[in-house]
Formats: sequence, C-alpha cells, structure tokens
Amino acid sequence: MLVTGAARQLGGRFVRRIQRDPGVDRVIAVDAVAPGHGLGDADFVTADIRQPAIARVLAEHSVDTVVHLDVSAKAVGTGGRTTVKETNVIGTMQLLGACQKAPSVRRLVVKSSTNVYGSAPRDPAVFTETTPPKSLPSGGFAKDAVEVEGYVRGFARRRPDVAVCVLRFANILGPQADSPLADYLSLPVLPTVFGYDPRLQFVHEDDVVDVLGVASGEPRRGTLNSGTFNIAGDGVLLLSQCSRRLGRPTMPLLLPAVTWVGQALRTVGMTDFSPEQIRLLTHGRVVSTVQMRETLGFHPRFSTAETFAEFAGSQGPGLLPPEAVGRAVDRLAAMPFAAAGGDAAGITGAGDTEPAPSAR
Amino acid sequence: MADAKVIPFDDDRSRTGGPARPARRRPSGGGGRGPTAASAVGTAAVSALPGQQDASKQPQGPQRAGQQGVEPDGRGGWDRRIAGGLAFLRRRVTGEYDVDEFGYDEELTDQVLMSMLRPVYEKYFRVEVKGIENIPSEGGALIVSNHSGTLPLDGLMLQVAVHDNHPAGRHLRLLAADLVFMLPVVNELARKAGHTLACAEDAERLLRRGEVVGVMPEGFKGIGKPFGERYKLQRFGRGGFVSTALRAGVPIIPCSIVGAEEIYPMIGNSKTLARLLGFPYFPITPTFPWLGPLGAVPLPTKWTIQFGEPISTSGYPVEAAEDPMLMFNLTDQVREQIQHTLYKLLVQRRSVFF
Repeated sequence: MLVTGAARQLGGRFVRRIQRDPGVDRVIAVDAVAPGHGLGDADFVTADIRQPAIARVLAEHSVDTVVHLDVSAKAVGTGGRTTVKETNVIGTMQLLGACQKAPSVRRLVVKSSTNVYGSAPRDPAVFTETTPPKSLPSGGFAKDAVEVEGYVRGFARRRPDVAVCVLRFANILGPQADSPLADYLSLPVLPTVFGYDPRLQFVHEDDVVDVLGVASGEPRRGTLNSGTFNIAGDGVLLLSQCSRRLGRPTMPLLLPAVTWVGQALRTVGMTDFSPEQIRLLTHGRVVSTVQMRETLGFHPRFSTAETFAEFAGSQGPGLLPPEAVGRAVDRLAAMPFAAAGGDAAGITGAGDTEPAPSAR
Repeated sequence: MADAKVIPFDDDRSRTGGPARPARRRPSGGGGRGPTAASAVGTAAVSALPGQQDASKQPQGPQRAGQQGVEPDGRGGWDRRIAGGLAFLRRRVTGEYDVDEFGYDEELTDQVLMSMLRPVYEKYFRVEVKGIENIPSEGGALIVSNHSGTLPLDGLMLQVAVHDNHPAGRHLRLLAADLVFMLPVVNELARKAGHTLACAEDAERLLRRGEVVGVMPEGFKGIGKPFGERYKLQRFGRGGFVSTALRAGVPIIPCSIVGAEEIYPMIGNSKTLARLLGFPYFPITPTFPWLGPLGAVPLPTKWTIQFGEPISTSGYPVEAAEDPMLMFNLTDQVREQIQHTLYKLLVQRRSVFF
C-alpha cells in the first residue's frame, strides 16, 4: 500500500494505523518532505508526487493500493498557494499517470472535500453525491478538489479494473486539526458575515482515519467501497452555536468588509481566509451521508457536535467561556429571588414581560 | 367587496346571505375556530394578569403573608415562566441547542419568532382559520396556497395558523424563493424559522421526513401582481410541486388565503428601481414609498385562511411523476380548487377590514 501526503498529521496517523491491519503487508509512505512524526514500521520514501519519479516507486514496490491524501488546502510548513495548488493538481495528475502504467494497482482511494459543491444561496439545503453544484468554485482549494475529482474520473474510465473510491470529507476537525477552518476558529474574535448564520458540518480526525481504512481494504459483506461518498458527522452546527460553544465572541462585518479583513489576515499570515472560505461562512454547506452509511457501511463515532466539543476542548477557553456565561445567567436567575427574600421575584418578574412570552 | 370583481356563482349562498350573516359574525367576534387555540393562550395570560396586578398593588400594604395566600397559582406560574425563560436564555448563550440539517431552530421559532408574529396574527390581521382538520396529524403533506400581498406576510401567517390551530401543533416548513436566501438577516431568520429553498430536492427531503411543507407556486408572479388583479391566481409555475408530492406520496392540501391581497395595494411597479436593486418588482402603493417607513405598515385587513379537502396522490404509480399530462391536470385541479374557494370566501366576506 502506498500513502501520499504522509508528512501531514493526518497522513502520518493513517500510516501508523493501517500497518496494524492484518491485510496490509507493507506500507510505503510518500511525501516531498520528511515527516516530523514517527511512521512506525512503514517505509518512508522521499518523493515529490509532482515528479514522474513516483512511477518508479510504484513499480519498484509493486503497490496494489494507493491512498492519495496529498490533496489539501494548506501547505506543509512554508509554501504559498501556488505550491499547494501544484501538489494538488499536478501531483494528482502525475500520480494517476503512474497508476495507469502500474498494472499491480488494484485500488485507489482519493481524499477530496465537500468543497466541490461550492456554497451558494441557490443550492439545495442538503447536497447528495449527485447534486450538481449551481456555481463551480472559481478558485482556491475548492477548484483544486473539483479538478482532482475530474482527473480521478478520467482515470476510473481508463482503468475500469481499479476500484476507485473518492471520499468527500466535510470540515475535518479534532484536537490536532490543521485546516483553514480550524485556524479560523482559533482566532480570539471570530469575524462573521453580518446577517448570515451558516450551517456547518464537521468530521472527526479519528473517523477520517477509520473511514480511510474501510475504503482502502476489501469491502465488507454487503457493502461497496468504490464510488464517491460524502463523509460527515451527524447533525449540523450553526456558526453562532460554534462561537458560543467555543466562548469566542463574534464580530459581524458586512460582506465586503469581511473580504478586506480576510485579505488582511492572510497578509499577516494568521489564517488562509480565501474567498471560498468566506462563501462557506456566508451560506454554509450540509451534505447527505446516506450513501456513507448504507453503501459504504461506515458509521462515524463522532457527531458534528461531539467533534466540535473535542476541538473546543483542545482550544482552551475563549474570551467568553460558555461556563462563565452560563454562570452569569444563573446569577441573574438567583439575583431577584435572593435580593428581596423571594417575594419580590414574582413582582419584578411579573412586571418584566420579557421572559414571559419566551417562556410560553 | 363591491370593488373586487367576484362572480357570485353560489346562488343559494347569496340569497341566504342575510340570515347566514349573524352566524358568521359570531366566529369573527371571538368564538370561531380560529381564535380557540389563541384564546386558550389568551386565557392563560389573563389568569396570570390579575395576579400581576394584585402583586403590583400590594407592595404598598402588608403583602408577604397575604400575597402567598391570595395568589399561589399565579405566583407559581410566573416563577415557572421566569425559570423557563432563564433556562432558555442559558441554553441560547451557551449554544446548547439543536438545529436540523436545514438550519431549523425549533426552540427559537416556538419561543421567540412565533411570539413575535402572534400579535400580528391575532390582533392585527385577526386571522380566521377554517378546515384545519384537513391537515393530517402525522406524516407528510404539501400545503399549496395562493400568494399575495407584495411582502410574503401570508406565508408567515400561514405558518402561525398551522402551528397554533392544529391539534398536533404541527410545524409548517415553507419553501421560499432564492431571493430570501440571498438577503442578509432575512436568510438567517428564514432558515431558523424552518424555511428552505423552493427546489425539488429540499421539498422531497422534507416530505419524506414526514413534515408539513407549505409552497406558494405562484411565486413572484402572485405576490407582485398589481392590485387590479387581486384574487386572480397566476400560473402555477411548472407544476413541480405536484410531481414532488407524487414522488413522496403525500397528499396535496389546497389552501386559500383571503385578506393578504389588500395589505399593500400595489398600484404601480417601478421596474427601473427593481432592476437597480435586483428585486423582481418594486412596489408602489398609495403610501409607499411616499411616507417612507410608515408607508411600509400593512393595512389591517381581516384574513381568512381555508384549508381545502386533501387531494390524495397515493393512488398513482411511481412513474406517474414523469407524466407531464397528468402533472398539468393535477396542477389545474389544485389551482381550480383554490380559485373556487377564494371566490367562495370573497362572497362570504362582509368587508375588507372586518
């Protein structure tokens, strides 16, 4: 088995995890730079997937399963958007070209993203795998993912004997997440788009590693692990809920201002606030995971809310921790009762009509 | 009534119009089906109110022992309400509430949005609801309604009407135009109130989940039509709602709303301004835009919402949804039934405002 993108956190975890699988003899981890983390017994090969040399690696080790994880929104270490794009698109082209020439390859798993659906007000509320996007992403990582999927489809046509599985992951989050959205959610104050409250879905890193394992092995009885699948945790969180659960205040900005702030933050290098990300934070995106459950037979352990709780736990308290805010409300509740020996509570409360309609 | 061009097709009714009138006056006076659920809420409020007044009077005199003896129920009720309100507030500020995949926030809708709409529904438009029993207590149903009034207040009132009058307290999930989801603030509130984009995918998904879905197939043609064409149903889109209902196997419930047409009598349409702002129409009414924001206050018309007999779609085979002829026929049937009911309600109506 060959795994690309092993220098990344996620790739490393998957490599360590998959070698414990009894069906896997040998794992060859590939990346352009040496990983900072251990890879267990896996053989690490320093190879740039943008170079034709990758074909030699494939042939040399007579690889039967290729897991392509080097499709990412963020560069490893330094390297701008150009490098990321080249790795995503040119790297995929080279890798697929190499796979096509390698007769030993039987299975290909590609990490994609639900970014391919874009995010527009005219889209249906829930995307299924077959929903055509109303507006194709104009640039950024989303466009990369669309192009990568296009090449993968072409490869699947040319090599019908290879089982191809494309996994479209929702926003990957977890204690060690490194994605633009995780960076965004780590900001002390979250700039949001005024008048929009996007719906977000998250998938936990552990579930990502698990589902990659499901997709790269032989399909279990009654399931099929080739095709395209949306991978996301159950449930939906609104950005406002996320900020409250994180305890980070939001700063609603008008849409043009958000673009400026995004550019400013990008220049400073704090976060990759790309246009596609702003669109996500404006209109949100929710995908259907019926195929994942019924066809792929995968049931994520973490729901969207649980994933977010794990992430929030790793983040440390924000400026307005939910516990403190909750306590403040409790104090508010206790205040009138305590202040006037209990009886005044009814009076002040009765005079104050605010809670009454909401309690109805 | 004289101004609306109504064909009095129902002869007995117009003849018996005199004697029938007192019978109709009673419901609008406060005993009808519409206000029953509302008055239940009202009585609860009233029963609590004396307590409040008592309490506010009593602080002058010796009250502690007395008050607890006089109004134990009222006190308890208010305490519970305050506790409930604070618990609600606590959940909101800590983000511990759930939304569904469409962004529908049931708690917020029930406790805040509905409470804000209810006074408009009960006191301003005095909505009278008929035929609520036509909405099933469980399972999906597609409510198809006429659309009017320049601003989609009829949709919001329909939502309150279904929730407050139905014995099962069903929540109506409205399908809204894409413009709603492009506008800031509006889209956020619409999603939280359970509305979603009017497209076949969303509608089918909701219906399959067993929700009551409301759709106004006339769309902008209906809501933005000039005052002179009031109560004339426009074309019902391409009838996509019928095939969606057929695929989901849910009944179609025709719904006629009378009163919404007159809230903003649209006498003109500034096409230039509409194009400039990207809206499908820009209404000019006798008061808007001349009086500024004051002109945007709707006229206090009296509304009637009538739910008609459900049209079953379960008898058709699956491939029937692909049959355009059948789709057109069913669309026409629904349209005719709504138009028919509209005329009937208009004949019964005594005046626009009462």
